[in-house]
Amino acid sequence: MTETYDAIVVGAGSVGVPTAMALAAQGVRTLVIDRHVSPGQGENKHALGGTRATHSVPGKILVCLRSLEIFSTWEETYGDPIDWVKGGYLFPAYGAEEEKVLKEILPVQRQSGLNIDYISPEEVQEILPGIRAEGLRGGSYSPDDGNASPLLAINAFYRRAVAEGAVFHFGERVTAILTRDDRVEGVATERGKYHAPVVIDTAGPFSPSLCANLGEELPILPELHEAGITEPVRPFFKCLVVDLRSGPGSKNDYFCQNNRGQVIFSLAPDPPEIGLNKRSTSSFLPLVSARMVDMMPRLKNLRVRRTWRGIYPVSPDGAPIVGWDQKVEGLLHATAMCGQGFMLGPGMGELLSRMVTGKTTERDAVILKEFSPRRRFESHEALK
Amino acid sequence: MPRRIERHPILSIPEKREVMFAWNGQTLKGYEGETLAAALFANGVHIFGHHFKDGSPQGIFCANGQCSQCLVIADGLPVKACMTPLKEGMVVESVEGFPALPEDDAAVSPHPSPIREVDVLIIGAGPAGLSAAIELGKLGIDTLLVDDKDRLGGKLILQTHKFFGSVEDSHAGVRGYRIADLLAEELARYPSVRVWLNTTAVGVFADGVVGAVKGKGYRRIRPRKLLVAMGARERMLAFPGNTLLGVFGAGAFQTLVNRDLVRPSSRVFIVGGGNVGLIAGYHALQAGIEAAGLVEALPQVGGYKVHADKLKRLGVPIFTRHTVVSANGDDHVESVTIAALDENWRIVPGSYKTFAVDTLLIAVGLVEVNEFYRKAEACGMDVFVAGDAQEIGEATAAMFAGKVTGFKIAKSLGRFEEEIPRAWETKAEILKSKPGPVWKRPAPEKSEGVFPVFHCVQEIPCNPCASVCPEHAIEMDGDELLGLPRLVEGGRCVGCLSCVAVCPGLAISLVDFRKDSRNPTVTLPYEVWRENVAPGQTIEVTDMEGNTLGRYPVRRVTALKKKFPGTLLVQVEMDGELAKRAAGIRLQKESAAEKPGDGEAIPDEAIICRCERVTAGELRAHIRQGVRDMNQLKALTRAGMGACGSKTCRPLLWQLFREEGVDLKEVTDLVDRPLFVEVPLGSFAGAWGDESDD
Repeated sequence: MTETYDAIVVGAGSVGVPTAMALAAQGVRTLVIDRHVSPGQGENKHALGGTRATHSVPGKILVCLRSLEIFSTWEETYGDPIDWVKGGYLFPAYGAEEEKVLKEILPVQRQSGLNIDYISPEEVQEILPGIRAEGLRGGSYSPDDGNASPLLAINAFYRRAVAEGAVFHFGERVTAILTRDDRVEGVATERGKYHAPVVIDTAGPFSPSLCANLGEELPILPELHEAGITEPVRPFFKCLVVDLRSGPGSKNDYFCQNNRGQVIFSLAPDPPEIGLNKRSTSSFLPLVSARMVDMMPRLKNLRVRRTWRGIYPVSPDGAPIVGWDQKVEGLLHATAMCGQGFMLGPGMGELLSRMVTGKTTERDAVILKEFSPRRRFESHEALK
Repeated sequence: MPRRIERHPILSIPEKREVMFAWNGQTLKGYEGETLAAALFANGVHIFGHHFKDGSPQGIFCANGQCSQCLVIADGLPVKACMTPLKEGMVVESVEGFPALPEDDAAVSPHPSPIREVDVLIIGAGPAGLSAAIELGKLGIDTLLVDDKDRLGGKLILQTHKFFGSVEDSHAGVRGYRIADLLAEELARYPSVRVWLNTTAVGVFADGVVGAVKGKGYRRIRPRKLLVAMGARERMLAFPGNTLLGVFGAGAFQTLVNRDLVRPSSRVFIVGGGNVGLIAGYHALQAGIEAAGLVEALPQVGGYKVHADKLKRLGVPIFTRHTVVSANGDDHVESVTIAALDENWRIVPGSYKTFAVDTLLIAVGLVEVNEFYRKAEACGMDVFVAGDAQEIGEATAAMFAGKVTGFKIAKSLGRFEEEIPRAWETKAEILKSKPGPVWKRPAPEKSEGVFPVFHCVQEIPCNPCASVCPEHAIEMDGDELLGLPRLVEGGRCVGCLSCVAVCPGLAISLVDFRKDSRNPTVTLPYEVWRENVAPGQTIEVTDMEGNTLGRYPVRRVTALKKKFPGTLLVQVEMDGELAKRAAGIRLQKESAAEKPGDGEAIPDEAIICRCERVTAGELRAHIRQGVRDMNQLKALTRAGMGACGSKTCRPLLWQLFREEGVDLKEVTDLVDRPLFVEVPLGSFAGAWGDESDD
């Protein structure tokens, strides 16, 4: 017997789970299939939990502003703790170039509704006690951004999705997207076939192989990033810090103190490393530690507890790939979140549900143009 | 009883320099270089802080640098009290909730560590690692041996008892801590082996590099061959009160009494009748601490019978088919409740007994510390494993396995041409043998002359008695290592007492009819307090299993001090037939237990994850809702997310799934990630100096 649904979501991760939640809430009979054994076991659990609307392009800003509304009101609405901290994002500037970039994008950011300002070195030091004052030229600060626990959030979204009626199949691998006459019919897995007129690809780094020889070609590369978390200490800063200075072997780093007092950190390697090997390397900790203690010397005494490595599914221009496939009707791509799946997820889920139910808005059109699978991938995101 | 062990029947007490330090504003005295934990215990301080989640008191649990329960603030920084040496003038404070990060904003200039190459890296300088290093050293192979403690020997240094095993391969008959010295002395002769003490391996990485923290410096090592000889960690048990202070692993207790020479308790109860539990009980008595009893869930103890009998003879009751129900007390253990189990492992109603004790030792088995082995294998490194890290066993087996692995590594490097003898593998298997069946052994018939009586009725790998007899009058019946000892047909005993003094099980007595054919003298081995067996004093003599044979005055106390230090040879005169049954001397009176009424033992409140204080009830609720992925369970409850990295709770998590009737094939294990222990960011950045310290 073949089960029939209105929509099938491939991937129970940062985007797939909130999408199922939003679809089910609209009464769309939804099946989610993931090869992992529980929600968020792909790349979601590797995320730091930073949630910002501070981007340099309107589409991302708009999606993330909605995500922030969902994150920041989740606990009072549904009762599940997700460790939300409204601590803002801080981009300190030490060089003239960084200062210029940060100031240049302010108008676009504000136009899109983002609460952000460029603040003085003194204000930066107040927000981030212990930051090296020497050479500090101020920074941009967006107080309404924050961080939350990806682990708790995805489980909360999952519970909500199940309560709304979404069906989840874990430990099952989608082997093919089924089509007839260039129309989606459903998916096949190693266990059976499932029918639906809509299939949503939220498979992140695995989207290209999922859609191979089928629809449009997806220009996604798996970029490896490492991260770590420290012991808990008494809270001493609330913002997520992005250090934009490039250094030997790295482009930038970022860290925050989460709701449990633990500092969680990551770094963008330079040159980027492409691959699927998620085992930690010995170079990450020395590299990221040197950067962090340089900018905040007091961190030297903070003890690292654990490190891990995950994948950013990246597009050439650093923006997500979201839209209906032009070759296969009913195939909806929502992938290449470029390491921002967690913060984009809840807003993206609602957007996708509007696309499936045909209720998109004018605002959505702005976003979808920016994320179109058919764009030229030439622009460059300043805050990627 | 003083809190410091100032004399010991076996161990010598080293002279140490007294220093002053501050504890929460109060000035205390300690010894320079001892662990902060030892110094605090010596001052009667057991509460090292309170947990951020529920305010529960925190203190010593593993005493092995693994669990992070003993965190204190020393000179402003959180450190493990069990691993940090005391210095003059140290300011030590308890950790109340989250520690504050010091506002030390002085700029640092990083010195990142380069990657260094070695032929062989050995992690762990216990019996297996040391033995392997010695063989590699003999062949002149470039070897780096790292260990997180301040001296070589691993757990050997805690062992005050004489070792079993074979004399020729593993120093049988010598006390464990002495074997550590012997191996260290031998290793020092081989310059190709470099030793880094106080060095904790913290991660095995995808690029074939092992990260280690030496003091406060971070080291990266890329070995051609890696040997993981990291030993074992203790299993924990879930029951109400299982995280009260005073609930220790048996190994932790041995560390405190035999290495740190502090007395953490006055009266202990032991859970688990394997060799670790049995030996811990013996170590308690030697340290002047009472042992109120021992429970074992199985119908018989799992450890060597000679170890169990030794305890029973000294007056420690062993309750087989019993389980611990709860540890009781507010902050610290004040009593323990046990109960009998029926054939279906259910508690027998009305069988509860409660003992007033201040300490409960958990000795319910060991788990291999093999994460690095598995990770290195997954990373494609050329990795070997030996000792407990490979398979839990006796230290004697670990020494032999270490030696064989040393040769295997040399061979894989092309530095050892010969074949590794097949016989070694057989020997390794024999040394790993579990205790065999128990035989009935009637008392000797003859009542003349002088002869040893063997109270050794179970096959274990052990042969010192046969090795030391100057007349070659003792042989093993059957296998020359596993067999039971007997007198050779027509063999001559000269009454030299060597066999009595060497026997690790204290399971040989000597009966001498030569002077008095009716009331022979009996010589019994004894390793506890000398004043209990002074000549003229009356002692209670027991048979092999601790049943009393009457009270007798001590005639003489001797020792073969040079060859077999520490074992007293106590002579009494007894009736001829009783004399042949005499095996030991009772030390303590049987403990009285109060019997409360029926209680319900529902350990929903038992803590499974100590670091994050997650209860069995919390976890069980998720399991009942269908969670089968331990990673999801961790995401939901934080179980396994704490400082120890699930070292303590993981076996308990598996147990919980099993108890819930879940098919374990459906359960997904936690993903292991570096780091093995917490390391300051400054160490990775090289904030505290360069490589000049080695």
